[in-house]
Amino acid sequence: MTVKTMAEVSASGIEVEVLFWVGCAGSFDARAQKVTKAFSQLLEKAGVSFAILGNEEMCTGDPARRAGNEFIFQMLALQNINTLNMYGVKKIVTACPHCFNTLKNEYPALGGNYEVVHHTQFLQGLLNDGRLKVEGGAFKGKKITYHDSCYLGRINGEYEAPRHLLADLEADLVEMKRCKTTGLCCGAGGAQMFKEDEPGDKRINIERAEEALSTDATIVAANCPFCITMITDGMKAKDKQDDVMVMDISEMILRSVK
Amino acid sequence: MQQIIFILLFGITSFFAYRQFSKIYRNIMLGKATDRSGDSAARWQNVVLVAFGQKKMFKNWIPAIFHLFIYVAFLFTQIELIEIIIDGVFGVHRFFAPFLGGLYTLIISSIEVLSLLALVATFVFLYRRNLLKVPRLVKSELNGWPKLDANIILIGELLLVTGIFTMNGADSVLQWIDPTHYPSTGSLAISSWVGPAVFGGMEPESLMLTERIGWWLHLMVVLGFITYLPYSKHLHIFLAFPNVYFSKLTSRGEMENMPEIMHEVKSMLGIESDVPPSTDGELPEFGAKDIFDLSWANILNAYTCTECGRCSAVCPANITGKKLSPRKIMMDIRDRAEEVGKNIASGDLKYAKTKDNTEIKTLTADNYDDGKSLFDYISREELHACTTCNACVEACPVMIDPLEPILKMRRYEILTESAGPPDWTPMFTAMENGGCVWQMPVEREAWREEI
Repeated sequence: MTVKTMAEVSASGIEVEVLFWVGCAGSFDARAQKVTKAFSQLLEKAGVSFAILGNEEMCTGDPARRAGNEFIFQMLALQNINTLNMYGVKKIVTACPHCFNTLKNEYPALGGNYEVVHHTQFLQGLLNDGRLKVEGGAFKGKKITYHDSCYLGRINGEYEAPRHLLADLEADLVEMKRCKTTGLCCGAGGAQMFKEDEPGDKRINIERAEEALSTDATIVAANCPFCITMITDGMKAKDKQDDVMVMDISEMILRSVK
Repeated sequence: MQQIIFILLFGITSFFAYRQFSKIYRNIMLGKATDRSGDSAARWQNVVLVAFGQKKMFKNWIPAIFHLFIYVAFLFTQIELIEIIIDGVFGVHRFFAPFLGGLYTLIISSIEVLSLLALVATFVFLYRRNLLKVPRLVKSELNGWPKLDANIILIGELLLVTGIFTMNGADSVLQWIDPTHYPSTGSLAISSWVGPAVFGGMEPESLMLTERIGWWLHLMVVLGFITYLPYSKHLHIFLAFPNVYFSKLTSRGEMENMPEIMHEVKSMLGIESDVPPSTDGELPEFGAKDIFDLSWANILNAYTCTECGRCSAVCPANITGKKLSPRKIMMDIRDRAEEVGKNIASGDLKYAKTKDNTEIKTLTADNYDDGKSLFDYISREELHACTTCNACVEACPVMIDPLEPILKMRRYEILTESAGPPDWTPMFTAMENGGCVWQMPVEREAWREEI
């Protein structure tokens, strides 16, 4: 399949249904790229016309803002808003809850107003509308635990869409003790992803990986590229990388799509 | 005689309380203006559900139930307190009893049952704090005064309940002996049978004395409590209500925008700016260095904090042994506000400094400089450990936001001091130069070739 950029589609006068905001991790991180590709394939299977900004996309500025660097945040945000408004973008879907939060909640104050959905919400919509159909198959009856990312869950209140998707896969969802509103952070937020931990007894991702392991699930379902990195690292540190897979929900859907 | 003592004591207490509470108000107002008006329907809904209704307490049932006992007992006992004030001022006894009849019996009985439940709760809380040592109640930031403060209040609670039962128990016996001076309260739920059992064999004179001791004990604990509150973490019994009302209604995911730097960013990007430049010659300071740079809502948060530690118990950094504790952040802000407030009130010019060295006649918040700041209370290590996960914000039963001051202090460190964790420098550089969190040799859209 070919994924088109906004520049390409607008040059040929095509109006797309939705803009897929890929994000830095989705564009460059080898693991997250797989999620980007999986989600693109799902969009194609569902017949959704979409485009990406490609090289015109920049980091939303989330880690800079949370680190305290408002200057760089505004610099990136204003450029992104300029680009998005130039293409007249109305609806954005993204597979990164940090991008999702910043586009949805922080860009309006800077002049960027869009309908922003997280890819788990978008996929839920496609299944509800019958544009995508899944059968349990690969994950039917499998013990799966779900890790709520802070920025989709506690911060934006979306706990159900990802769980509905897992239910559609007929997976056996085993919740961790800390889930939904009390879900434990993977340790990456607030620009922690880009620095060493402060001194302490333990890394946060190890704490979370241990909690996931205690459910005996063989798959940890996630919705965020940074959570996937963090929990995968945690599994490696516990030497469980061969027993437990950390997957984005879109990858699971792709394997089960009819 | 008793009336005079009562009026005097009540007057003195009110005077001191008024003075102390005014100081707290002034300290809160040392913070910057922030707009917390608008959508009063949503705000009142929060007050009803979260403050009155204790909604967020019920995430953790055991402490919630026992706290509810004390809370409801406290609310109901105010009715009895009104009667005590009337009786005290006018020298009458159980002023409401003849008027209310059966309703009086019901009200006082309810207070008795609630007081008994509150008594149980008090013992449970003393046990949890001192013997069971619930982790969030024994963390290091509580060492010293905070721990003592918590126990003082619980012991005060024990005295208060003792006062109520002594007063009502002796009274119920006196009603049989001297019905003209001791109007009938009807059959009270607890003291009407415990009273005769305990005080039944006593002489009328000692009974009258016992009743007075109970009455005065109740009153003294209440007056003591009012005087003590401004120094204690228990301010939440009042401040929880305004704090919940003024809590942020915008999305948790939205950090407060900084329009003051928008002009510079826009002119740098060559975008036409509708925001006026912020600088008037001198270099502006961004973010928060001291309480003056926080909002009044942040400081109100700090005074509302009951130091229960639900925030720190769910903080991923704190759980994994990092120095950050959201509760300590709130305690530090309050301590610093107290320090600054006290120094300003002293009027001592050694705390005054101006930038252009003009002579200062009076010390104000604007020329205040004691050479210290919030950074003397909160270390950078604490600020750097936060993942912005909002677990603390979610956990707080009275809607305190410990995250906002942390992020404001990070802004000061990065924007004003150009400091911060060195690890972040390559990230900033990559973002500034390449629009990506990592410095990458390939194009952003390169992945689509491999699909």
